[in-house]
Amino acid sequence: MRSFQLHRASSIEDALHAINDRDTFLIAGGTELLNWMKEGIVSPRRLVDINPIAELHEIRVESAAIRFGALARMSDIAHHDTVSRDYAVIREALLSSASPQLRNMASIGGNLMQRTRCPYFRADVDLACNKRAAGAGCSALTSDDRVSAIFGRNEHCVATHPSDVAVALAALDATIELRSLRGSRTVPLNDFYRLPDRSSVSETILRQDELITSIVVPAPAATRTSRYLKIRERSSYEFAMVSAAASVQLRGEIIEDARVALGGVAHMPWRFRTGEAALKGVKLADAAAIRHAIAGEFVSARAGHHNGFKVELALRTTIRAIELAGGAA
Amino acid sequence: MPTDLFSRRELIELGLATSAVSLVPGAALAASEESGPAATPGPQHTSDRVVRSFTINGTAYKVEIDVRTTLLDVLRERLGLTGTKLGCDRGECGACTVHIDDQPMLSCLVLAAMSEGRKITTIEGLARNGSLHPVQTAFIEHDAFQCGFCTSGQIMSAVACVRERRARSDAEIRERMSGNLCRCGAYPQILAAVRASMSLEPA
Amino acid sequence: MTQQIGRPTNRIDGPLKVTGQARYTADIAVEGVLHGALVTSTIPSGRIVSVDARAVQKLPGVLHVLTHLNMPRLHSLESPPAGDAVLPLQNSVILYEGQPVALVIASTLPQARDAARELSVSYERTDFRTNLHTNLHRAESRPLYGQPPGTAVGNADAALVDAEVTLDHTYQTADRHHVPMETSSTLAIWRDARLLLRDAVQGVTITQQALARVLNLDPSQVDVQCDFVGGGFGCKGFIWSHQMLAAVAARMLRSPVRITLTRAQTFTLHGYQPGSYQRVRLGARRDGTLTAIRHDSVLAGSVAGPHVEPAGWGTGSIYACQDVSVSHRVVLLNKGNPTPMRAPIEGLGQVAVEIAMDELAWRLGFNPLELRLKNYTDIDIAQGRPFSAKKLRECYAEGARRFGWPTHMPAPGTLEQGRERFGYGMATALFQTFRSTARARVTANESGRVLVETGTQEIGGGTYTVLAQVAAEVLHVPLSKVDVVIGHTRLPEGPMSAGSRVTLSAGSAVQAAAMNLRRRFAELGQRPDQTYESVLRGLGVQQLAAEGEWSPARESTHSLYSFGAVFVQVAVDCDLCIPRVRRVVGIYDAGRIVNPKAALSQMSGGIVWGIGQALLERSGMDHQHGRFLEKNLAGYRVPVNADVPEIDVSFIDNFDDRAGPLGARGIGELGSIGIGAAIANAVFHATGRRLRALPILPEALLDAAG
Repeated sequence: MRSFQLHRASSIEDALHAINDRDTFLIAGGTELLNWMKEGIVSPRRLVDINPIAELHEIRVESAAIRFGALARMSDIAHHDTVSRDYAVIREALLSSASPQLRNMASIGGNLMQRTRCPYFRADVDLACNKRAAGAGCSALTSDDRVSAIFGRNEHCVATHPSDVAVALAALDATIELRSLRGSRTVPLNDFYRLPDRSSVSETILRQDELITSIVVPAPAATRTSRYLKIRERSSYEFAMVSAAASVQLRGEIIEDARVALGGVAHMPWRFRTGEAALKGVKLADAAAIRHAIAGEFVSARAGHHNGFKVELALRTTIRAIELAGGAA
Repeated sequence: MPTDLFSRRELIELGLATSAVSLVPGAALAASEESGPAATPGPQHTSDRVVRSFTINGTAYKVEIDVRTTLLDVLRERLGLTGTKLGCDRGECGACTVHIDDQPMLSCLVLAAMSEGRKITTIEGLARNGSLHPVQTAFIEHDAFQCGFCTSGQIMSAVACVRERRARSDAEIRERMSGNLCRCGAYPQILAAVRASMSLEPA
Repeated sequence: MTQQIGRPTNRIDGPLKVTGQARYTADIAVEGVLHGALVTSTIPSGRIVSVDARAVQKLPGVLHVLTHLNMPRLHSLESPPAGDAVLPLQNSVILYEGQPVALVIASTLPQARDAARELSVSYERTDFRTNLHTNLHRAESRPLYGQPPGTAVGNADAALVDAEVTLDHTYQTADRHHVPMETSSTLAIWRDARLLLRDAVQGVTITQQALARVLNLDPSQVDVQCDFVGGGFGCKGFIWSHQMLAAVAARMLRSPVRITLTRAQTFTLHGYQPGSYQRVRLGARRDGTLTAIRHDSVLAGSVAGPHVEPAGWGTGSIYACQDVSVSHRVVLLNKGNPTPMRAPIEGLGQVAVEIAMDELAWRLGFNPLELRLKNYTDIDIAQGRPFSAKKLRECYAEGARRFGWPTHMPAPGTLEQGRERFGYGMATALFQTFRSTARARVTANESGRVLVETGTQEIGGGTYTVLAQVAAEVLHVPLSKVDVVIGHTRLPEGPMSAGSRVTLSAGSAVQAAAMNLRRRFAELGQRPDQTYESVLRGLGVQQLAAEGEWSPARESTHSLYSFGAVFVQVAVDCDLCIPRVRRVVGIYDAGRIVNPKAALSQMSGGIVWGIGQALLERSGMDHQHGRFLEKNLAGYRVPVNADVPEIDVSFIDNFDDRAGPLGARGIGELGSIGIGAAIANAVFHATGRRLRALPILPEALLDAAG
């Protein structure tokens, strides 16, 4: 690990003044950044410790939303009373992530800034990876791609995003508040991530001079229930092979409104807007009809050499998550 | 001790004496054969060194460290608290679990330089006045370890699990304890130890 | 005095382990210790063109960089006991990715690690092979530990031709890694011409002998000490590069040198269990009588060493089949030499044979349990002699009773509950009992304490406790009066902690030593009511010691095996196809059980291994770069607590005096045998789909379901 200077930020202003160069990284929980540094994926000259900024730790229930400060710990959010009561999908996504110890350390902002678990990106040596060095090439394209994406993959990168809670937040239309010295902006979570391209290693639209201050989730409709379903080989302490967050509003037995996002299938949480529209009016108990409604989303699915099974698995996972959210499973 | 084949004194001088294992609770090694934690030798980076204070197992420490040092390395390499283990150095095994301000965390992913003023409890800090913490006793009674290498981390997670009382069923205990790998496969015994500890503790 | 042997006993090293006081090798602080970090090759085949150590030499704290250019020549050492046949840094040839190419020694570990990362090595890469699957046609025969690659009794081929029913399938197992929680660590200290090695090893004596050989020393000049091992499972059995390099570096630099492997390095620097293709052909009569077994294995082998995993060695000993033939071939790959891993031999072979038996049972319309009973044997047909003492029949019966094994098996794929299908599977477990000569010393002290000494190791099996129990029993003293010292080459020589042999071998030696000590006290006139310490005080001596030795008979009239029957229930989600183990019952005959508490833990731990083997563990290979794909604990999935269901294990007690005076046989590997096949068989019963490759991947079930 290359040495660095450590700056303790006393305020958001202070932090923003400190992050104005490419070799400076913010550090919150540290569970991701230290891994990158230990593997040599990044070698910052300076770390800015934002943990002392008290206002970034707050969880605030507002009239029509809940607001998570970027530094709120995963465990604090998961066990928050309002989250437990009204946002099952967030709670379940968080509690299925990592381990209790890591959830005590990791912040929600840092969680969204996780980078892919692609084994080539995470290798103990430097292999060709466009996420390590833009333009270096993609090893997964020509080798073992079992865990790779089925949506939005391209010749630059086939990796998936590892966050669970991002998938839940995508389904709930959460927004992210970003601040820089130039001001603030609010970005829908579904616009926060970007697909791989030639020019950048970055997975997000976050600018070098910006800081995530909070994540805002709109209050759920009274009758809406939501669930997170994570499929993995190990029963715990593992990233998703595929996952689905679903939020369903019923009128009787009929789906009146549904929100669906998938994890483990793309470079970002993958929202099914077309499928959601097609789900309206479908009977919750009719699995074939649900399958038919979301099948259109899978027309754009593309598999690699070894991950073809993920297409069918993702479809089935989505159906089950919708059923669970509707209370039918 | 046998003396015909090897000289114990010679080994003690080298810090290499064998230790007898006996049935004494909390027994330390039979002889104080090992030197204390070695003073950090050799030339160091001149810059990027910081001084930090923590409370570890109730004792205040002030140490000068390289800014890159993890809390795990401070515990093991600087303070001689080697009960906390390094298993992967990547947050993937749980062997390095300690409590920071009473919450279980992974010390391999904590920069010591960011831990100023924190209250840290390690496996060495659980026993009180020479008697084992109830969870430690339960681990012995339920045979919840074999090789023992993951045990410190398991116990730190188990103590938190018992204290937090969020897990109320076997399945929930298993889930709460799944952040600590045990390659010997002592999981059923770990579950039994945690379950027993929970009924022992007042609600 | 209560009986000690056979009593469930808390581990005497428990207080040290639960308080963090047990010192593992990496915990030992020594003044002035230097730290070594290994640099390993990034290519799978070729040679080193150049190493530029100049820049690294200038980095803070760096004292020396050892490469093939300045490394002293080591004296040759065959494999085993060397892990790889190729000794480290002896030339520029690269045979596998992850092979050691340099050792950087620095004042602190971070300095060494950082410098190792910076070392510039350039390579010339040549063609390589890492793919077993695509190179099966290159399989060749090699001797297995000096034995012929194939064995036969009767004529299996003829019997197959004559069989009323035949079955012919190929079963696959994946490359797997040991991943003990403690990464290998070694600390080398020289004083004059003598080497002291604190090491995490499964055998202090084999380490001493091997190091003496490579360093051209007399074994008396090398001492090895190991108080605790944080898991070995086979990867700490033989001698690998880090031990040799630490010893050499410490001698060159005249300072103690410590090398602790990183987690990533453990994937290439101390072996793995090779993946296998095992073709099993069974012949039977319609009444269920097995008439032929052919078991032909092709395994991953290495260009860096001779290991051939003898997957078929146990095959001819399981059932009453008179015509059995077994062969082994390897495909030499650019991967490090494989090495034994819990459970070797039968642990691999019985995956294939026991799934095949299940297939045969369903084919013949037999209950899988009934087919095993139909072919039960008290004679080891492969060896042509009876088993020493076999209560497998009792294991089957007790297991079936506890599990509630159905007399009439419901048809595969018919048991549903909610969104899950569930199924039952069972398998037989056999593991050969290894034994070796052991010596021990037992000393009575005037303080009233008894000291037990033998040069074996504690790797988690409960050796400290078991040896104390044996001495306490023979000497009629409380367990709390017994101290145990093991893990040193200056102690009377004890067995390696490998092949499930320690309790039987070292325990028998301790028993002999303790009996000799009693005899000496009797000769000194000890009265029945008199304590040892009062005799010593009366004589005015501080202590009295006796040694004991035990050796297995050279010619054995009986075959020594431990046995088990394992029953499993799995659940498989109808749509999502992830199998989960819901219940396991394992009943074992492992001779007399000295400490049932620790022994039961070891058995259930073995079952956890089997869950990993069946459903999780697979070291994927990146054939493009010729390297293991994920050298970390997120990518290599070992079971976590939530993967493990209720496990009901018990023993059929069976004092086996043919195995040794203690009546015990091997148990350490046994629990991990049979379980893999039983899970695969249960998945078949749940889903109706026969999967012949472990681990069972969701995609295989999805394809089968789709």
